[in-house]
Order: sequence, then structure tokens, then C-alpha cells
Amino acid sequence: MVRMARAATTADAFNAVAEPRRRQILDALAGGERPVNDLVERLGLAQPQVSKHLRVLREVGLVEVREEGRQRMYRLNGQPLKPIHDWVKGYERSWSKRFDRLEEVLEELKKEEDGDGGSDE
Amino acid sequence: MVAVTSSGTAVVTLPADDQILIEREFAAPKHLVYKALTTPELVKRWWSSDYGDMTVADIDLQVGGKWRYVMVTKDGNEVAFHGEYREIVPNERIVSTEAYEGAPDADANAAVNTITLTDADGSTILTVLVQCPSKDVRDVIINSGMEVGMQKAYDYLEKVAVSLI
Repeated sequence: MVRMARAATTADAFNAVAEPRRRQILDALAGGERPVNDLVERLGLAQPQVSKHLRVLREVGLVEVREEGRQRMYRLNGQPLKPIHDWVKGYERSWSKRFDRLEEVLEELKKEEDGDGGSDE
Repeated sequence: MVAVTSSGTAVVTLPADDQILIEREFAAPKHLVYKALTTPELVKRWWSSDYGDMTVADIDLQVGGKWRYVMVTKDGNEVAFHGEYREIVPNERIVSTEAYEGAPDADANAAVNTITLTDADGSTILTVLVQCPSKDVRDVIINSGMEVGMQKAYDYLEKVAVSLI
């Protein structure tokens, strides 16, 4: 909650992946390492724009780069996505706990119903 | 502490930027799940999980009727939600709004929850689709403080299967 006010920054993975083009880049890189001109071609964007997005992704560590001859090769690094993964998992756990309780209630209802010879409902 | 018959866990997915889908199978017939979802004294026993005690579970189960749930957390904070029923198909489906009373403009930012019960060989698959008015609201609902792009990020995570865990 505390962090809600901070919407404009691109300094973390959550914001970095909020931009559709950057997600496209990640998608492309999910298939393996690619040179920048390959990304330019796939996205149908001008190179400066692609470079700009790549810079944002590099700043948060989602993308890594290495030189190969005259090419700059980009690849995905999923590690910064782990907090997002953890967040979904945390939400899942809290629902699981809630549903565990529901399940206990249901067990009792089933027993009651069986005991009543199905007079319930 | 009764031994549970199925050790299922809730599965949460994010089908769209402004949606949350929660799914779980229960080893009980639909009408009992529906009863546990719509009877105040039963709701009080499970809804707050182990986060606190439920002090209010008002349910006026009719289209246009209101509901309100209040729980008091272990550290004494009152957490309240309310909403209105939009559609009710007994033992099948409940559509209602859900506003978190601690949020600014709670009603304007209310989510629409669709609960669906599906029979699966005597068991019941319960799904809760939370439709938020916006991505931002969804993120607030999950109390995440993160802005957008969750589902995509999660997709990548799965797809890439990088060494995370």
C-alpha cells in the first residue's frame, strides 16, 4: 500500500513490465538470446525506441547484454520477476487458508446431512 | 481439527490485467458449498481465515440486497467489506460487488465478484472471478502496491522457467 504513490518510476521490475512494448521484448527474449536488430524487426519499432525500452529493462536487471563481434546480444534474466511470483503465491496461500476453513465447515455440513437422512435443503 | 478429505490448494491466476481468478475443488456437493457461502454463521467460521475473527456477516441474499463482512484482525484492526448482490442462481452462481471500506472511494472502486459452482462427480469446483474496475484497483485489492503488468510478468516467469525457486 505504501508503495502506491510511486507510480511514475521505472526503477523496479513491476513498472518495467507494465509497458506493453517491453513485455513484447521480454516475450521475444523468452525464446532465447537475440541481437537488437532482430528485436527491432519483430516489434516493428524504430531502433531508438527499442533501445530505450531495452535500457529500462536492463536497469531493473530483467535483460542482460553482451557483445558478440559487432552485435549486442540481449537475453532475459527472470530473477527480478521473483517478487511478482511471490506476490501471486502469497495471495494464493491466503485463499488456501480461507478455503481450508471452508472445507472444515463443509465436512460438518456433510455429516449433518448424512445424519439427517438428507432432510436438509 | 478435522482431517480434510482433499488437500487441494487454491489456484490463483490473473486472466487479464484487471482480473483475479481463484479456483479450488471441494469434496462436497454444490448445495452445501452454496450453503457455506451464503449462511452468515457459517461464513463467520471460514471467511476471515486465521487473520482474525469475524464480527459481522450480514447477508441479504436477493438481487439488490446488501452484504457486509467485518473482521477484527489479531492486532485489533477492523477490516470491513460490503457490496450488493447483482445475480443469484441458487447452488450455481452469485454475482456481487465488493468494496473494501478502507479504500478511498470504496464504492466507485468496487470489484465485481462472480462465484461459480460447478459439479465434478459429486465434488464442487468453486471459482471466484474478481473483476476490478482497473488494473490499479486490482493491485490495491491484493494489497500489493505494485502497479501493473502482473499477469504478463507471471506468464514470462512460467514460460522461461528460470532458476527462481
